[in-house]
Amino acid sequence: MSGTKEGAPFALKLRGVSKRFGGVQALNQVDFNVRAGEVHCLAGENGCGKSTLIKIVTGVYTPEPGAEIEVFGEPQTGMTPTQARDMGIAVIWQDLALFPHMTVAENIGFDQMVGGRPRLAALGQIRARAAQLLERLGVTLDLDARLNTLPIAQRQIVAIARALMGEARLIFMDEPTASLTQSETDALLGIVRTLSTEGVAIVFVSHRLAEVLEISSRVTVVRDGRLEGIYPTEGMTQARLGELMTGHTMDHQVIARDKSAAAPVLEIDGLSRHGQFEDISLTIRKGEVVGLTGLIGAGRTELAHALIGRTRPDRGMVKLCGREIRPRNIREAISLGIAYVSEDRLSLGLIQPQSIADNISITVLDRILGGLGLISPAQKKVLVSHWIEDLAVKIGRPEDAVSTLSGGNQQRVVLAKWLATEPRLLILDSPTVGVDVGARAGIFRIVHRLAEAGLAILLISDEVSEVYHNADRMLHMADGRLVETYDPRGTTVEAMEARIYA
Amino acid sequence: MPRLFTTHPVEARLAIVLALIVLGLSLSTDSFLTLANLTSLLNNNSVDLIWAVGLLVVLIAGGIDISFAVAASVVQYLTAQIFGATGGNWALGFIVAGSLGIGLGLINAALIHGFRVISIVITIATFNAYFGLLMSFTKGRNIYTLPDWWVDRIFIFEHQSENGVWSELNLSVAVMIVCVFATVVLIRWTNIGRQLYAFGDNPEGARRAGVNIALMQAVAFGWMGMMAGIGGLMQVNIAQEVIPNALYGRELDVLAAVVLGGARLGGGRGSVLGCILGVMFVAVTRNGLNLLGVSPFAFQMIIGAAILVAISSSNLNFDWRGAARRRRATTGRDAA
Repeated sequence: MSGTKEGAPFALKLRGVSKRFGGVQALNQVDFNVRAGEVHCLAGENGCGKSTLIKIVTGVYTPEPGAEIEVFGEPQTGMTPTQARDMGIAVIWQDLALFPHMTVAENIGFDQMVGGRPRLAALGQIRARAAQLLERLGVTLDLDARLNTLPIAQRQIVAIARALMGEARLIFMDEPTASLTQSETDALLGIVRTLSTEGVAIVFVSHRLAEVLEISSRVTVVRDGRLEGIYPTEGMTQARLGELMTGHTMDHQVIARDKSAAAPVLEIDGLSRHGQFEDISLTIRKGEVVGLTGLIGAGRTELAHALIGRTRPDRGMVKLCGREIRPRNIREAISLGIAYVSEDRLSLGLIQPQSIADNISITVLDRILGGLGLISPAQKKVLVSHWIEDLAVKIGRPEDAVSTLSGGNQQRVVLAKWLATEPRLLILDSPTVGVDVGARAGIFRIVHRLAEAGLAILLISDEVSEVYHNADRMLHMADGRLVETYDPRGTTVEAMEARIYA
Repeated sequence: MPRLFTTHPVEARLAIVLALIVLGLSLSTDSFLTLANLTSLLNNNSVDLIWAVGLLVVLIAGGIDISFAVAASVVQYLTAQIFGATGGNWALGFIVAGSLGIGLGLINAALIHGFRVISIVITIATFNAYFGLLMSFTKGRNIYTLPDWWVDRIFIFEHQSENGVWSELNLSVAVMIVCVFATVVLIRWTNIGRQLYAFGDNPEGARRAGVNIALMQAVAFGWMGMMAGIGGLMQVNIAQEVIPNALYGRELDVLAAVVLGGARLGGGRGSVLGCILGVMFVAVTRNGLNLLGVSPFAFQMIIGAAILVAISSSNLNFDWRGAARRRRATTGRDAA
């Protein structure tokens, strides 16, 4: 944990910041401050007002009158994004806002190209500074590599270097670790610490409470647009922080049950695919939640892809309810009763501009046909309203675009879409990436209810604690092999994390 | 060259293919590699290349322009109206044609930005509107009475070989070289150019970085319009008359050449080098088939096939070694 930076000058001080959008009070009298060289976490559920706060500080939104904003000791009345940048405030958005076909150097130096009169670009100078910055961050990257050839973790570093290029002294990081592996996350946190010792103030927004507590010295919790409080992270626990964010007590018990007597739904024997996974054997029984964890790249998603017919295994056998299956494509897997909720559900699992109703019914269009072989609006309506009610999706109207929903509700729509296929086996791949604490609990309540009703569930996740608290059995995968099976009742999260991240 | 393969793979591959074609034609015909043939290749394709670098800028910024060739016809007609049978000179000609072109380009930009409609829809609309207006004003008649300066040939290079064959380069080649160089400066060396690439690559990211979106559209379509106007001016100098529907359809030939040269529909990628190679590839193929006595329809087929191969191979990024490995693994299993 970083030092508390008590006594260091304030990089940013906000008092009484409010913002209304039409009838919605997005922020209500929120105070916030960060000291120079401090790593400060901004925590809260999706939609609590974190992004609004960031956008006010960076000049994208103007707060309601009465707000006091002080940047590096200077009171501000109104700011534009360009002014905010000139004062040394930078944001690294979750989607990074980088340029995939431009080179590393061009991305790092891009902000120097914007604004001012048309002129010749000082390309050589920018390259040299980019090289210097990467050296300062202790990273080696090819300056001429195209960004889209780099892994996400390195793009993150490019985004940080880009912020530093503009002499940033206060950096907001929005979910910087959401798509990183543990070792990449550790490397990133190392860079954050380096910056902090150089006096750069960092505001860290993350859903991963463990790393929030590890990296920051203070945490500001925002709930429903109001300031819940500012707390030192010293002595704070994940459970307590979760409670502060959601306003209700989280129940974190092991729910594992012994299902060894139930009938097997999925049986895999010696399944292999060259370079991806090797000799995988496992059984999932009726009503059982089996957790599959391990580092990213261990072959978990690849195994799921083989089960749903996206790829073909080289060797081995898969049985579903006692019958051997070899799905050749996803359509066949669906008709056999396998549903797969993909990792990248927000872009791949949903058709964002289409309506909620269209998204839910897309997997089962051939089951809601009317007389002439055309889609029957009445049947579609029954199907859609059944699932919206069953999963308690909070929506305006079924005709609204999916993109209008919050992350947690979008996740429910994805589930509805797959449950509508009436599967016997549900594969959930990292179901809570980018979903906040409160919505996570809601999703797992649904998962447990489905298991109760007899569905066999394979839960893939790289968050050990998530699997630990929600699975009946846990499988540990490493380098394409299943290395061990655990019973959550016989171990602790810490012991498992130590084994898996070893 | 090895560096070019990683930074501009499409351009590098096209350069090799073009070199092979040139080599093949030089060996198989005795008329291809002659000064007279090469200079006429340059003369005949200079206007296409002027348009190509204009279109490149639009493609880099994530747009497309269907209307530029018809816009060039409009510029030709208006310029002929302004100067009548005797007025003007080259300097005024460039200013008038360039400005008219910029004006027509800015109309596209304003419609695209103002109504937030994608460029293909707007430029199909302006393409039809311009062409309809042009045909109704001219009643489809050609204009022959043009000022002398405009239709007189100016040679920037002349050479007579020992057997009496003249080789010469037209003014349009010089104008083309200036346009190409100006475009290189704009997109490679200025801050505006970097913003054009960024805007085409990730519009939302560019917006958040404070890039002026309206300005980007104006620069891209204004540049295209200017090139359309200048190209139109030079085309009259070659054709010696204004034919209202002469350029109709040329937009697709130019688009094909630019896309062959590695510009990405959707923005963010493309180079002037690629444009030159793309236009040259089309030109040399046409010229070669002509010299070999092959039907002009075969040429159309070859260009179509070349686009398919070039674009699909560059977009797939097919992993040949991986595929071979998988094939071996599969056959190994079947054998066992």
